[in-house]
Amino acid sequence: MAVDPIHQFQIIDLFPVFKIGNTEIAFTNSAAYMVAAVLVITAFLIVGTAKRSLVPGRVQSTAELTYEFVANTIRSTAGTEGMRFFPFVFALFTFILTVNIIGLIPYAFTVTTHIIVTAMLALSVFLTVLVYGFWKHGLHFFNLFVPKGIPVYILPLIVFIEVLSFLSRPISHSVRLFANMLAGHITLKVFASFITLLGSAGIIGMAGATLPLAMVVALTALELLVAFLQAYVFAILTCIYLNDAIHPGH
Amino acid sequence: MATTAHTEAPGGHKGTFPPFDSHTFASQLVWLVITFVLLYVVLAKVALPRVGGIIAERQKRIDDDLAQANSFKTQSDSAIAAYEKALADARNRAQSIANDMREKQTAEAESVRKKIEDQFNVKLADAEKAIAATKQAAMANVRGIATDAAKAIVERLTGKAPADTAIDAAITDVLKR
Repeated sequence: MAVDPIHQFQIIDLFPVFKIGNTEIAFTNSAAYMVAAVLVITAFLIVGTAKRSLVPGRVQSTAELTYEFVANTIRSTAGTEGMRFFPFVFALFTFILTVNIIGLIPYAFTVTTHIIVTAMLALSVFLTVLVYGFWKHGLHFFNLFVPKGIPVYILPLIVFIEVLSFLSRPISHSVRLFANMLAGHITLKVFASFITLLGSAGIIGMAGATLPLAMVVALTALELLVAFLQAYVFAILTCIYLNDAIHPGH
Repeated sequence: MATTAHTEAPGGHKGTFPPFDSHTFASQLVWLVITFVLLYVVLAKVALPRVGGIIAERQKRIDDDLAQANSFKTQSDSAIAAYEKALADARNRAQSIANDMREKQTAEAESVRKKIEDQFNVKLADAEKAIAATKQAAMANVRGIATDAAKAIVERLTGKAPADTAIDAAITDVLKR
């Protein structure tokens, strides 16, 4: 079973909790990792800043850096008005980042390798943009689909493309994160299984197994980068989409 | 799809790619909503205001310190300016006092000199007057002496006293020359 690269994505029910209609909602390994991520983030931000020191220690400094990093990302892409979504973007960024990085620990489960999770996160962004856009601008929100300075005869085409690209946002937003994490973990597992396969084939095999081992080490470093990068990309796209809700005129 | 998993998860069905197994969607959604909303609330209500507060507090402290340093600098600048002004004032005053003093002393010396000169002039005039008076007196005496002498000489030479008028005429004649 160690050589099955798909097994790591299995959802395992740990214990049943409650029922919604006929569906049993169990506490799963995925749920455990989500709870773990929330606990890690909360501990990082609250316990890390317990001393409230003027000259921060390591953990507090990192917490402050993360705060400033997300705040600057929002300010530069969505303006100061975007800061009302700061907790939302911060929650998305830290949740995805933490879940991705925990998933890199061997034998750990990666929550974001399930399309339903990333789709839900992307949909929450999409709905926030829609609700806030219409609440703030009313029907003027449709200006988003009508770029200024476009000749009238190609306007219908442009509007069609704009609407289509707007509607496809949650899809690309969710699939990007999901596919990156899934592909990375499958690749890691495949190369890792080569090590065990070659390693069981005698001395020469063991020598050969060093190659996939080196590859796994390099891939793990790459996946660490991807884990951060995908969380950042998700957050910055969220900011860009929110900017559309805040300033619908192009 | 090759599956060698012995552990048949209650939610997971054999042969289905786990991320696309819709039987697990409901539980994942429920837990995602629960944990994410919990995370959002904790972040929005507690964690982020806390971190933001720490950063703002530090920024305020830095700004306050800078403002204080600035005000101290302004104070020291104005103190230096006041000191230099006082110094310049004192120098000016010293100069003016010296000038006044010099002028006063010059004037005093001048007046003293004038007074002494005047006194000298008065004394000089008195002396000249005295000299003139003495001279006049002397000149007056000369005639008498000459008359007496001439009378005695003539009397001795001729044995007889000459007439006063003749002697007077002769002396007047001599004094005229």
